[in-house]
Amino acid sequence: MSNTAGLTKNGSTLPWPMQLAVPVASLITFGIHLLISRNSPPLETHSYMLLFWEILGVSIVLAIAQSFWPALRQWMRHMWPIFTAAILSIGVWDIVTSGLRLLPLPYFPAPAAVLRSLVSDRALLLDSTWHSLVLLLSGYTLGVIVGLVSGVCIGWSTSVRYWGMPLLKVVGPIPATAWIPLAMVVSPSAIVSAAGLIALTVWFPVTMLTASGVSNTRASYLDVARTLGAGRAYLIFRVAIPAAVPNIFIGLFMGLGASFLTLVAAESVGVKSGLGWYVSWAQGWAEYGKVFAALIIMAAFFSTIMTLLFKVRDRILVWQKGMIKW
Amino acid sequence: MVTTNVAAASALRVHEVRKSFAMPDAPGASRLVLDGISFSIAAGDFVSLVGPSGCGKSTLLRLIAGLDFPAAGELLVDEEKVPGPSAERGLVFQDPNLFPWLTVRRNIEAGLVARGVLQEKRHEVGDFMRLVGLEAFGSAYPHHLSGGMSQRVALARALINHPKLLLLDEPLGALDAFTRMRMQDEVLRLWENRRTTMLLVTHDIDEAIYMTDRILVMTPAPGRIDREINIDLLRPRDRTSEPFLRLRSQILEHLHLAGKIADEVSA
Repeated sequence: MSNTAGLTKNGSTLPWPMQLAVPVASLITFGIHLLISRNSPPLETHSYMLLFWEILGVSIVLAIAQSFWPALRQWMRHMWPIFTAAILSIGVWDIVTSGLRLLPLPYFPAPAAVLRSLVSDRALLLDSTWHSLVLLLSGYTLGVIVGLVSGVCIGWSTSVRYWGMPLLKVVGPIPATAWIPLAMVVSPSAIVSAAGLIALTVWFPVTMLTASGVSNTRASYLDVARTLGAGRAYLIFRVAIPAAVPNIFIGLFMGLGASFLTLVAAESVGVKSGLGWYVSWAQGWAEYGKVFAALIIMAAFFSTIMTLLFKVRDRILVWQKGMIKW
Repeated sequence: MVTTNVAAASALRVHEVRKSFAMPDAPGASRLVLDGISFSIAAGDFVSLVGPSGCGKSTLLRLIAGLDFPAAGELLVDEEKVPGPSAERGLVFQDPNLFPWLTVRRNIEAGLVARGVLQEKRHEVGDFMRLVGLEAFGSAYPHHLSGGMSQRVALARALINHPKLLLLDEPLGALDAFTRMRMQDEVLRLWENRRTTMLLVTHDIDEAIYMTDRILVMTPAPGRIDREINIDLLRPRDRTSEPFLRLRSQILEHLHLAGKIADEVSA
């Protein structure tokens, strides 16, 4: 009964089990921690305890606020099961690591230790994130610009396609990371060559999908435009390219995913900054709490950038609303 | 064979046009699609081209639009050879082919943008949106529109360039019967208001008799115009009147007979 009530969209309040899910989950997880770490030094639990008090406090405030604020309620209805599961899985992690010691130390630290690394090394982590962001964006932007230009040329002109396509098909599939040894020699600056590698990573899928989008423009769109008095510039920039935009975005997403890989690989080999460098540096000191802390930051960082690209796509492809399913 | 000698005032003159296409599965061989097509249309006339599917109607329209070139013969618009596609010859297809990434208003503006005259002619956009009754839908995207509405946008988009000749390739073919009849009146109203020379391709004989001044009947394989019928009925025409029905059965009989002969020839 209460389950069906929870699924109706217009309930004036969240059902009790859902309101209580997050506070209870955080109490359980923190309880697990207290139980397991009775012998640990108090320092280790301090920030961890603070985190759970905060989650507890915020979730109680939200549970109260949702009865006055329908938009919040809608959001909570959607997100709360996931949050609950995430908090409980931290508890499971705690049991597996410091509780039952199933995983070898120091490679798999307990969540509290990871949180402590995250907090204590925040300045360096922030700085590394900033460096990664700058490197990623400069490489990605360069790759997208070059990829769009080469993709449009290959897609539009048959002679460019004749010469360009074989090159693209042969060079493109080589993983950009395989160029690392060469890239180090070519450029004196590791940062510049890393940006070049990221650009190369992005260039391939963007070119490929832009070219296929442009060359597959519906012939009737081009015919209509011609009978409206369109010249070549109009046909390319106002018909073929807009028609290719859905395809181009697939290329942009593929390129972004691959560029994360190249970024981290380049940073852990040659570049002396960024999250990839931080991970291998922390590993060198056997500080696995910091390794995990950096992984958490990476997860947040990369998924935020992905989400931003999704937002840009939704904005540009409003004309497709209801048609895109990915 | 039909020969017309009213060259002087004709907006469009098609003279002995032939067109053949290469056969994709037999290299070197080709299939004759249009065999010596000749006719002319006076300025301001509304003429239709009727025939069974596969008789080369659409091919002929593409040749007139300049999207393709004849193997032999001449196509003259205002006594000048068609050099290629231009805004002087608008074309509306069965599929409205609206640009899905542009709003209704921007679709209608497309011709002005393409010709680089948007600044001077922007005031006309509103007129044309009103003309086709879509002033309230300016910011809608094509995927929100019904078939009839889309086709009205396509008509406005073609008309905003003030073409000398408007080519209509089964523009109402995909619409349901009721929308179709309403749109026939709509197109007639546009023609009566603006007196743009129009050439309508259709396989619907009722539509041709109801709307146009003259019907060119085509037979297939290869396409020929073997009959020209003037429709002297007063507008608005009554689809159930006796002369209307007589014309209709006359044309149907003719097409049926021609179809039979074509079948025997190919068999």
